[in-house]
Amino acid sequence: MSTLRTEEMTLNMGPQHPSTHGVLRFVVRADGEVMREAIPDVGYLHRSIEKIAEKVGYRGFMPYTDRVDYVCAMFTNQGWGMACEKLAGIEVPKRGEYCRVIAAEFNRIASHLLSVGAMAMDIGAMTPFAHVIREREMINDLIEELCGARLTFNYMRIGGVAWDLPPGWREKALAYLDHFDPILEEYNALISWNKIYVERLANVGVITAADAINYNLVGPNLRACGIKWDIRKDIAYSVYPDFEFEVPVGNGQWGKLGDSMDRYVVRIREMAESSKILRQALKKIPPGAVLAKVVRNFKPPAGECQIRVESGRGDMGWYLVSDGSGYPWRVHVRTGSFAAMGIIQKLSAGLMIADLVTLIASLDVIAPEIDR
Amino acid sequence: MEALQIIERVKSRFGDRVLEISDKKPDPFAVIDPKAIVEVGRFMNEDPELAMDCLSNESGVDYKDRIEVVYHLFSYQHRHGAVLKVKLPRDNPSVATLEGVWKSANWMEREIFDLLGVNFEGHSDMRRILMPEDWIGHPLRKDFVEPPEYHGISTVRESPIVRLDTKKK
Repeated sequence: MSTLRTEEMTLNMGPQHPSTHGVLRFVVRADGEVMREAIPDVGYLHRSIEKIAEKVGYRGFMPYTDRVDYVCAMFTNQGWGMACEKLAGIEVPKRGEYCRVIAAEFNRIASHLLSVGAMAMDIGAMTPFAHVIREREMINDLIEELCGARLTFNYMRIGGVAWDLPPGWREKALAYLDHFDPILEEYNALISWNKIYVERLANVGVITAADAINYNLVGPNLRACGIKWDIRKDIAYSVYPDFEFEVPVGNGQWGKLGDSMDRYVVRIREMAESSKILRQALKKIPPGAVLAKVVRNFKPPAGECQIRVESGRGDMGWYLVSDGSGYPWRVHVRTGSFAAMGIIQKLSAGLMIADLVTLIASLDVIAPEIDR
Repeated sequence: MEALQIIERVKSRFGDRVLEISDKKPDPFAVIDPKAIVEVGRFMNEDPELAMDCLSNESGVDYKDRIEVVYHLFSYQHRHGAVLKVKLPRDNPSVATLEGVWKSANWMEREIFDLLGVNFEGHSDMRRILMPEDWIGHPLRKDFVEPPEYHGISTVRESPIVRLDTKKK
């Protein structure tokens, strides 16, 4: 009997594929079920937000920053605010900074919840997704009470935040945290240590620490490779030095260091740390104003600066160039998802097609943040 | 090391190929001769005192009379960073790629090529990344005019936004 002839297939995955978070497309060259290469094709959600910034002015751009990453919009708000404040030398009142941290950390929990839930769903476990969406809804309710919106918050302003915490909100938030901490245990019992789940994730998409830095991976993806680096701790901004919290890193407990399981577990553990920060912030929040006095026609001096914020998807860099007028000359956002997409082509060689889904989910890429 | 010390160290190594140093707050930067950028990048990556292991950000800015490519370098080992720039002419701007030093440059340079039209010599995959492949022009250039339609899809609103702010430059 003669040997069977085999040939390489070129497959299209996306842009409307259930496991591509948003609209992403991959051109997959595969030999049977094993991929030779997956070439990412992005840009389906490109709205040219950086160009819009040049046309709407400093204050007018704040609502647009929400759309850079609508899963954790507090951080994009904060990044834009911080870039303007750094250039103009504005100091945010202490209470304003606390409000920012509280809103942002709630948003981080919501973002990580969606990430770990969607990851379980991509792998085939439907139930956890319903659990995390239930929890995320409660956080959305809290944030809605704070700023009136559930996704695109537009909560922060240049010089602080738009509104103080509403009466009784602090107690509600603390009550929610009391409810949330045991939920995390429940969630872990439901899916995290499930044998099938662990085996689907362990040893898949292993990234070495050197590669992670070379490809500029950030946030949980970087920490999962064993690098203890968190902008909140290491380039301390806002009031984060006031709080005690751990920076969880991957340890390769389930397979190799830097595999998908490590990235998943880092996110789970970060939610517990965020909860810790929130408890301290809600306890320590000082009285006072929440918004600095900033002139209505905001014009920072000519110059340029870059700031870095630890968003849900990691270190987000805002590069701002001002020419001294009321409109920014150039704004550039370097996002975690954009960097993470760059490494997929390298990691995909030799991976099964089903594992590509795991890999995308574990890197937690969000399409609007890649394309802006 | 402070950003200015890093720049001084590069200056002492490369002399007049560092064209200009700005110590303006908050972020000082050095302007490098475009022909020397790969050499400077490689030196900063390999020098144990600097050990810039990460190209944290690369972006382009159109200043109407020139185009600048800006590099934000960072060292996880020493936890310090520095900013480099190259100034390019607006007509056919071109500079060597840094992909060989930092892999993250690959996608960021594709983005600059796409949105500002800077050609990166020696880049392995110089294609548009965000805009459609048949798009004409580079949107982040200051003189870019949005076409009225794209493949029969209109880009103009039927009821235009009323500009309350009439003082727009």
